[in-house]
Amino acid sequence: MRKTFLFLAGSTLSVAVFAVSSTVASQTAAPAGDAAKGKASYERTGCWQCHGGQGQGGREGPRIASPVPMAWPALSRFVRTTKGDMPPYTEKVLSNQELADVYAYLRSIPPAPDFRTLPLLNGMMTPAAQR
Amino acid sequence: MTRKNARTEVSRRKFLAGVAMTGAATAVSVSGEVQAAAVKAGRPATTRPSTAAAQAELATRSVQAAPGTLPGRPGSDFMVDVLKSLELDFVFSNPASSCRGIHESIVTYGGNKRPEFITCLHEESAVAMTHGYYKVAGKPAAALCHGTVGLQHAAMAVYNAWCDRAASIVMVGNRMDAATRQPGVPTIHAVQDPGSLIRDFTKWDDNPQSLQHFAESMVRAYKITMTPPLEPVLMVLEEKLQEDAIDSGGRPLVIPKLSRVAPPAGDPNAVREAARLLATADNPVIVVDRVGRTPAGVKHLVELAEALNAPVVDQLGRMNMPNDHYLYQLGGGRVIEQADVILGLELTDFWGTVNNSDDSVEMTQVYRPKAGARLISIGMGDLYIRANYQDFERYQPVDIAIGADAETTLPVLTEYIKQAIPADRRAKIAERGDKARKGQVQARQSMLTQAAANAWDASPISAARLSAEIWQQIKHENWALVSRDSSLSNWPHRLWTFNQHHQFIGGPGGAGIGYGLPAAVGAAFAHREADRRLCVNLQNDGDSMYAPGALWTAAHHKVPMLTVMWNNRAYHQEIMHLQRMANWRQRGIENPHIGTTIWDPYINYAKLAEALGHVGIGPITDPKDLAVAIKRGVDAVKMGEPVLIDVVTQPR
Repeated sequence: MRKTFLFLAGSTLSVAVFAVSSTVASQTAAPAGDAAKGKASYERTGCWQCHGGQGQGGREGPRIASPVPMAWPALSRFVRTTKGDMPPYTEKVLSNQELADVYAYLRSIPPAPDFRTLPLLNGMMTPAAQR
Repeated sequence: MTRKNARTEVSRRKFLAGVAMTGAATAVSVSGEVQAAAVKAGRPATTRPSTAAAQAELATRSVQAAPGTLPGRPGSDFMVDVLKSLELDFVFSNPASSCRGIHESIVTYGGNKRPEFITCLHEESAVAMTHGYYKVAGKPAAALCHGTVGLQHAAMAVYNAWCDRAASIVMVGNRMDAATRQPGVPTIHAVQDPGSLIRDFTKWDDNPQSLQHFAESMVRAYKITMTPPLEPVLMVLEEKLQEDAIDSGGRPLVIPKLSRVAPPAGDPNAVREAARLLATADNPVIVVDRVGRTPAGVKHLVELAEALNAPVVDQLGRMNMPNDHYLYQLGGGRVIEQADVILGLELTDFWGTVNNSDDSVEMTQVYRPKAGARLISIGMGDLYIRANYQDFERYQPVDIAIGADAETTLPVLTEYIKQAIPADRRAKIAERGDKARKGQVQARQSMLTQAAANAWDASPISAARLSAEIWQQIKHENWALVSRDSSLSNWPHRLWTFNQHHQFIGGPGGAGIGYGLPAAVGAAFAHREADRRLCVNLQNDGDSMYAPGALWTAAHHKVPMLTVMWNNRAYHQEIMHLQRMANWRQRGIENPHIGTTIWDPYINYAKLAEALGHVGIGPITDPKDLAVAIKRGVDAVKMGEPVLIDVVTQPR
């Protein structure tokens, strides 16, 4: 059984790619999308396997929601043409409308709560060695 | 037959066959009956056993001609004396007829103490337990198994230990003498050269032909497995030596003194040149994988890093450096690209450290360091290498390659660095430290703000939420993580404070699935002996099903441990591989779940654990239920119970 280990550095690079892509993207508005249908497509096409059920990101895929880190043109171009660890999703696999729906779903995910309002995370701000 | 007439004859399966079978066999003469039966059946000794032969193998065909008349102690008693001299605490074993002699000696002659016979339900688990045990105890345990089928079961675990530089003494039983070997299964289970099966990934093996030979080789085996690079070793225990009476030809048997080998430090000239490069670098970076061979390694690494105020990128092969230290880096970010000198310490994969290679059709490869960056390696990898298995990874040219034990070399390197730092560099190095402290706080805030709280209330449960909930319950305990945390996207390493060497043991090394659960149990044995630490095992669901019997071993031997099942109901990494294939081939994305998911039915791990003697909790699907479940689990573990909490989770 083949086991590949993709280090966090890979995720970090992907984030960087997202960031670079977003800086060159135009601000063209996304086509209308249906968030509910987008959630179904997000799960059907396996986006959640790397990016998490709510786009929170993980070891193999960066955070892509709360907020969505790139505008529509950059995201749609990235999804269609990426050559990195994430394979490209062509229209054959994910139609333009389905991709717009996915984008709508990601944008519909509410922002994460302020960590300072969460008792388990509040207080973790300062590393133990510096407390 | 050349056996002495007075030799104790016991069927290989006597203990399994039971009293009724023994009663039916008591009238059978000793070995002559077996021989005659074989001749009458016209069965060559080398054929596979017929049903009748297999049935006979399970019965008691030969009995003690005169019980208790072995002329002296059995050889396996002396073998136990040798094991005791080495202060081996445990022999992890799945019982086997070829080991019956030493098995009986351990549990009876040796009093089943130091070593204690630990009942394992699979040989791979037995070796994996020695693997986990070593990484906490800092000394080897032994695994004992059948010389053929048992060792074949164990092979994957041996390979993991090999790749992970872990000490382990694997012992196998074998009877080489065909003339004194029973036909049928015992002969099928005999082998000319047991070591050949795993010689590609063991450091040494031997097949002693006398008890004195055994004593010398076992002490040598201990010495070799504990000499960096630490690797597993194999000892063959010849059945005749185990079972026959001690006969040393009139010469006294001697157990040699164990001579421990001082690990090699780096060549002084090479270390001094490395120090010069590091001391005068603008952005030195240290990358570590298995520097923390002992607690001293952690101390020496901190001293080195602080002398340079250089970031330390931890690849998590061991507990290398406190993760709350201001120079600690998990994953490394962009420091590799910014570095002008990169020091790699005991790296498994230097090439993979300084190259990005994506898993795409094009397989794009990018050399990460900037032009002119100098690379230095210190480690044992160059001093001990085999050809067949490719665990040595791709060849990475470096500017200074120091073949030495890094932990041993670091104090000298640090001292040389202190001597080599120019006076006008000291302020700049201090500035690097200030910058690192501020960067640590900023990175932590970014992590908490942008990542930790995301999907906080999601179901399936997120890795960050689960990690935070566990930490809340253990942070004031004397705790230790006995698993890796990569499946949780390393959230424990981002949220918990690891500042003791025993709190983390790295991963399997060879990435062979089935390591996690038994290695955790082995580690928990060591923690129980050391200080009754609260052991937490973050257990992958797929891995657990390779050898769930390890749970029974923990329960049977009263080893408390909190296992939290990371139940994403899949071999998740394989799902991603299938998704890549599907996308490359553009034939639809609907099928990657086939063969990769563990659905229909879902496995109820809590019930499974209960059946294996654990307190089973769950499945937990709502994150709001985690706190109560984990507290209940921790309380039970503190009362000495093994506990499993089944948590249904996000993929990563």
